[in-house]
Amino acid sequence: MSRIVQTLAPFVLIALLLVGWEAACRAFAVPVYFLPPPSAVGAALASDWATLLRSAWNTLSMALIALLVASLAAQALALVVGLSPILERAVRPLAVVLQVTPVVAIAPLVLIWAGLDHAGRAIVGLAAVVAFFPIFSGAVTGLKAADPDLERLFDLYAATRIQRLTRLRLPSAVPYLLEGHKVAAGLAVIGAVVAEFVAGSGGAQGLAWRILEAGNRLQTARMFAALVVLGLMGAALHAALEAAEKAGLRWWRGR
Amino acid sequence: MSVAALTEVEVDYPRGRALGPFSLAIGPGEIVALVGPSGCGKSTAMRLLAGLEAPTQGEVARTPGRGETAVVFQAPTLAPWLSARANAALPLELAGVGRAEAAARADRALARVGLAGVEAARPAQLSGGMAMRVSLARALVTEPKLLLLDEPFAALDEITRRALADDVLALWSAARPAIVFVTHNVEEAVYMASRVVVMTKGPGRTAGEVAVAGPLPRPGGFRTTETFRAQVEAVSGLLAKGMAQGDVAA
Repeated sequence: MSRIVQTLAPFVLIALLLVGWEAACRAFAVPVYFLPPPSAVGAALASDWATLLRSAWNTLSMALIALLVASLAAQALALVVGLSPILERAVRPLAVVLQVTPVVAIAPLVLIWAGLDHAGRAIVGLAAVVAFFPIFSGAVTGLKAADPDLERLFDLYAATRIQRLTRLRLPSAVPYLLEGHKVAAGLAVIGAVVAEFVAGSGGAQGLAWRILEAGNRLQTARMFAALVVLGLMGAALHAALEAAEKAGLRWWRGR
Repeated sequence: MSVAALTEVEVDYPRGRALGPFSLAIGPGEIVALVGPSGCGKSTAMRLLAGLEAPTQGEVARTPGRGETAVVFQAPTLAPWLSARANAALPLELAGVGRAEAAARADRALARVGLAGVEAARPAQLSGGMAMRVSLARALVTEPKLLLLDEPFAALDEITRRALADDVLALWSAARPAIVFVTHNVEEAVYMASRVVVMTKGPGRTAGEVAVAGPLPRPGGFRTTETFRAQVEAVSGLLAKGMAQGDVAA
């Protein structure tokens, strides 16, 4: 009983909010360009779904490519940095500066470098920059997170540097890497959407472009429809990554 | 000829002296218990004996070569991503022993600590006592000449720790490695050791020694004998004296 209630609770809340929203729009005769009722948003979803799905896939695939690029780059750099404490000291401040600089601020620059005809490259590049840090810092932390007593055991048996890396530090870093990738994937989508907004042309027809396009024409219901798809895509991605992290940890721990 | 010896060693850390001056010689096949108040430098002495740390002053002499010293820590300290077999085989694999031979020897070590049948289990699937046994198997797998146990049973319940104490003595009687173990538990020290060394409050020095009479491994009912009680009293007395000495020195 309580399980059913718990599962249904969020859906009931959403339904109540939608009903209230619809009723308010009708009662106060809110103009459709200002706030369309859910029924209008539903209609926009129904008529645009093919385009919206294509755009969602566009944004998602950019974000996933960016995640892959960021993952490879971040882990490679973390490995190099993990082998040399001096290099880590040298890299850290630069990494922090890059991390705290808002992606919107560097987007125009990346767009110039990528070339205005290649908005896709700029989007992948920007999303990769945002996705880089959670993986990098997770990997750097993870490589240092081995149990100190296990480190002593490796000292005792005179393990080589390679043995220590492959048999102790890399496996110890796995949970941190899983967590880093989970956070990074969410950020990659945000990065891709922000980059699409800045690119602002039809060069890359992702969800952000749909929102911009509908906004410019005051087709607010279509803006909402694109937002709904974006929200659903984010939720689905989050759920998939949670499941992936859980499965990864189960494999790592054996249960 | 001793297996390992500390001669007038002192260990200073930035926050102050941790140990010494302290001397201790371990003979072959001897079981020595180190007893002392918290922070007296018992674990530091163990790290010196293991060769994991160098003293600030004094000398450390060790005869065991690479892989002939084994350490069991307070926690099982197993790699969660490895099976019990792979954990026990780790010292052999680090020494370059082939995978198949290492696995076979690990299986034998696991069987000796009573864990035949759980070779493929991961640490997360084992109880605390079983995990500690895997840790013991890992230490025994190289057939060490010197076995160092740093409060190995501290986190276990009384029944498990008594069973493990008897198991350690049975394993000792097969190969007779020298064993040094640290404990807070006076009865455990007297039960398991042929010699109990009592340390003063930190920085630890020797407060006294008790040579424990009676056969090893212990016969059933040893804990209820007059000899056992008398020796527990003797160690407790030294421990009280050591606390007082530490106060004077401080």
